[in-house]
Amino acid sequence: MSEPVLELDNLSVQFNLKRGVLRAIDSVSFSVDKGETFGLVGESGSGKSVTARTIMRLIPQPPGEIASGTVRFQGRDLYEMSDDEIREIRGQNIAMVFQEPMNALNPVFTVGSQIGDALRTNMGMSKLEARERTIEMLQLVGIPSPSARIDNYVHEFSGGMRQRVMLAMALSCDPTFLIADEPTTALDVTIQAVILELITSMIERFDMSLLFITHNLGVVAHACDKIGVMYASHLVEMGTKDEIFANPQHPYTKGLLRSIPRLDVQEKFLTPIDGTVCNMMDPPRGCKFNPRCSEAMDICREQIPEFRELAPGHFAACHLHDQPTV
Amino acid sequence: MSEPLLEVKDLVKHFTLNGDLVSRIAGKTQTVKAVDGVSFYIHQGETLGLVGESGCGKSTTGRLITRLIEPTAGDINLRGEDMLAFSPKRMRETRKDVQLVFQDPYSSLNPRKTIMDILSRPLEVHNLADNWHEKRERVLELLNLVGMGSEHIDRYPHEFSGGQRQRIAIARALSVTPDLVIGDEPVSALDVSIQAQILNLLRELQAKFSLTYLFIAHDLAVIRHISDRVAVMYVGKIVESGPVETIFNEPLHPYTKALLAAVPEADPKKPPPRLTLEGEVATPIDPPPGCRLNGRCPLATSICGEVEPPLLEVATNHQVACHNL
Repeated sequence: MSEPVLELDNLSVQFNLKRGVLRAIDSVSFSVDKGETFGLVGESGSGKSVTARTIMRLIPQPPGEIASGTVRFQGRDLYEMSDDEIREIRGQNIAMVFQEPMNALNPVFTVGSQIGDALRTNMGMSKLEARERTIEMLQLVGIPSPSARIDNYVHEFSGGMRQRVMLAMALSCDPTFLIADEPTTALDVTIQAVILELITSMIERFDMSLLFITHNLGVVAHACDKIGVMYASHLVEMGTKDEIFANPQHPYTKGLLRSIPRLDVQEKFLTPIDGTVCNMMDPPRGCKFNPRCSEAMDICREQIPEFRELAPGHFAACHLHDQPTV
Repeated sequence: MSEPLLEVKDLVKHFTLNGDLVSRIAGKTQTVKAVDGVSFYIHQGETLGLVGESGCGKSTTGRLITRLIEPTAGDINLRGEDMLAFSPKRMRETRKDVQLVFQDPYSSLNPRKTIMDILSRPLEVHNLADNWHEKRERVLELLNLVGMGSEHIDRYPHEFSGGQRQRIAIARALSVTPDLVIGDEPVSALDVSIQAQILNLLRELQAKFSLTYLFIAHDLAVIRHISDRVAVMYVGKIVESGPVETIFNEPLHPYTKALLAAVPEADPKKPPPRLTLEGEVATPIDPPPGCRLNGRCPLATSICGEVEPPLLEVATNHQVACHNL
């Protein structure tokens, strides 16, 4: 079996702040194979965005610190690379699309000059070649009249269009891996549908792998092959999309799926997860979900559960699945 | 049938861009037709869900009803009385009857005031408590109603999570015992698992106090869950309205159908989100004549580019604005 394109092994990232240490990701391990779409799902504070930025080496160190573990891309440890080597990987091999295109794109440069800049830097193209390729990319992502709009500024595009521009920029250097961090959260539902379809078709067309980060379970249900669920810095469950939705094993995953209002039926009352996520500066002992868990046992308040394989490809971190001691 | 608590007729709000003299002479003035002839009603105890994408005018509609902004034209009737004709004194009284809960729990609470301050202020403004002890008691009562406790009363907003802040905002709205509560995307900024808590709370409070809700949102599943009736807005107009089951099970307007088709459902066995409309959302700035959906609509014919379709009743309580149905 070929090696995975991206592999996170026991990764822990913390922030050493004046008021204490914040462990943003704790012992997270997962991998993405070639051509696969991995959906990383979680609510606020789960650590999913920090995970994305850690992969891209976008976490400032200090105050950030890789406390343990490795991030391997195509077998190479990203944190063993020099600044030049990682710069080459970023943009050419791994590209990223962010949530707020207005913040991610530079407002004082035209769209053409930004994409052109990436092409000239990463692909060594001439100004003319870069301009031609940029128009091609804008056309590809569905921007009407690309040869005119290439000289527009970011504010002259609507939200959905800006996201397409960001996608064009991300794809312009033929990356093999795309990280999309909440790419459609800020968009209207009809535009979201367009962007999702665009991302999926681009992934297929260019045989790319995708790490899709979101809090929206509806989106991962259709856009992803594999799903990882994060809660308060831990990866608590992982499996194929069908397994996770049909057969969730972690109480948090189950709670999350139960709390979503359905489109097809009106229920009188929803089934929320009680309580709120813990204070990450002072988390509870043991499993961080235990204060909210309807199935919590004594051991849950003492020991952090192991992330173990329950069935082929289906992992969960929960004491409910501990082997009984003989 | 009894008279509705709130009735809105042909409500209009136009904003002028570049309205200064020089721009007007240069012909640069533009009109944003944010709300362009909106009519609906809500009965006591009912929840009307107002749904639409960004820029459709739903938030502006909410603000118009509370008269946070004044309409350009149209009527707003509260219990049959013309609210726009109220004197400033009468309007002040009416603010107890119509309350607003905003979307962003991080900017709707004054960060420099304690929860006690925030929740007792409405009581002070409307003379609903005689002394500090009464205020304190009432504030504790309100906190309990929204599932929070006495330990929270002297803290500041930044010490609370988004969900808790939204509970405080709801408590603030309830402090004056309103009849109508307008929620402008009240759960959109919250995590999914917290959304469910707040939606349940809103339902409970509605039953307890016979509240009437105008629930503004873009999330269709949330609207489905909380509404009795639904009105769909597009670029300043209502395109379809009716009972929640009808709108979700038998939508007629192409835009309503497009919205429903585009929602990704959290079930891989259900069909994936589909696009049924071409192009981008039309602009409310100096819109061209005819139907707002013209240019994107699969059913469009020549009349759609000339005449605006009226909102007509096509079945009991089911209204649609479309030439081609």
